Amino acid sequence: MDDQLSRVFSALADPTRRDMVARLTAADATVNELAEPYDVSVQAVSKHLKVLEEAGLVSRSREAQRRPVHLEAEVFDLMTKWIERYRRRAEERYRRLDDVLAEMDTEQPTPRPDSERGAS
Amino acid sequence: MNTTTRETTIAADPNAPTIIITREFDAPVESVFRAHVEPELVRRWLGPRGLEMDIDRFDCETGGAYRYTHRDENGEYRFYGSFHEVRPDERIVQTFTFEGFPDGVSLETMTFTDLGDGRTRIDGLSFYDSVETRDLVLSSGMDHGVREGYERLDELLAG
Repeated sequence: MDDQLSRVFSALADPTRRDMVARLTAADATVNELAEPYDVSVQAVSKHLKVLEEAGLVSRSREAQRRPVHLEAEVFDLMTKWIERYRRRAEERYRRLDDVLAEMDTEQPTPRPDSERGAS
Repeated sequence: MNTTTRETTIAADPNAPTIIITREFDAPVESVFRAHVEPELVRRWLGPRGLEMDIDRFDCETGGAYRYTHRDENGEYRFYGSFHEVRPDERIVQTFTFEGFPDGVSLETMTFTDLGDGRTRIDGLSFYDSVETRDLVLSSGMDHGVREGYERLDELLAG
């Protein structure tokens, strides 16, 4: 799993590959279709696809002659889960801050020398 | 329980090495700011639950610096950084580094907005050196998983 994560990260570190992935969220596409908007050869696009394929981000149908490239949504679900987990940790931290703020209401405010000096 | 408090929202642009976290609080901006500046208050909320937090240094003023340690049964995690700008009740700009990976540094800008009626919003922007590092931070959570995440980065860099 760790190795797959590493492959996903390095696969998505490249802007062209991120763009290809973004386009594949709309629909499957052939290598030629994917290569169209870029100023690079079909071979270069094939290399990018190989990296994405090895990371498990895309797959290519073996049957159809066009061999369209298909985005594997599961991997993206995984990333969505990481983001959600990160968000939840921030929320937990901020709930503790809510508690501290509620307690501060009843505590004596302490002087803040720096801002007091600059205020007048 | 603050029923009116809105949950934290997060944004991670696929093409920019940033994480933006936004949260509103049922407290005046002066209090929310104080809770970020005074080490005794910071200690009570910043550390992850279940981890001890020791503050070695926390001078939250422009040109100041901080260093703190989280401890659990597996070891210690030290973090440090500089306070680039501290503008009371408005803004804190600081760097952030995990000592286990000293070459990594993010720039964090926290903006405090007075929403009126004793409410405050914090917008926190973290800026990393690459989308790749940002994704590693997201996947590790930067709390408990911080060591694991950087080990993964080591592997990635080793190629």
